[in-house]
Amino acid sequence: MGRSLKKGPYVHYKLLKKVEENLSNNKKAVIKTWSRSSMIIPDFVGQTFAVHNGRQFVPVFITENMVGHKLGEFSPTRSFRGHGGKKR
Amino acid sequence: MARIAGVDIPKDKRGEISLTYIFGIGRKRSQEILKKAKVDFNVKVSDWKDDQLQKIRQIISDEYTIEGELRSEVQLNIKRLSDIGCFRGIRHRLGLPLRGQKTKNNSRTRKGKRKTVANKKMATK
Repeated sequence: MGRSLKKGPYVHYKLLKKVEENLSNNKKAVIKTWSRSSMIIPDFVGQTFAVHNGRQFVPVFITENMVGHKLGEFSPTRSFRGHGGKKR
Repeated sequence: MARIAGVDIPKDKRGEISLTYIFGIGRKRSQEILKKAKVDFNVKVSDWKDDQLQKIRQIISDEYTIEGELRSEVQLNIKRLSDIGCFRGIRHRLGLPLRGQKTKNNSRTRKGKRKTVANKKMATK
């Protein structure tokens, strides 16, 4: 089920604060975050986030198409290298 | 005989069912269309009057995206997901289910025919 429109998109408040700071100072500092469930809002476009995937921070550059997705969608938590050992 | 939306030629069936042969039209939409055209659901396609057929064609071409156009739209949506590199896009590329289903077994629709790995038992000794 989708989130209630009344509440608006979820963005972690600290993350939002950092983005606003970036915007007002016109700089493009990479924002480290654990907040994978935060929605990407139009303000984020052009910023780079380092999204934690449980092990490391994956750099994610936000483009216009990504608006509406969550940060975690761009930072995969599993790495599957395929079955079998023939090539080893 | 009846040609609607390019190549689809359903006939000998009730109008409601027949329209669903068009890609992008299911039972629900088929009923909507027939309602708008004021045609009874149960009338066979072969019994449609010419003006009714005309009307149905009109409604479909005006109000719905179907067939090739719809297919390309779907492809574009998939491509978009793939291009931005999000989870769903990656799953599309890998040919695995997108919505968190288990893939230990089943998921055959996405994964396709089983690819058996032979002689796995030999190694355990």
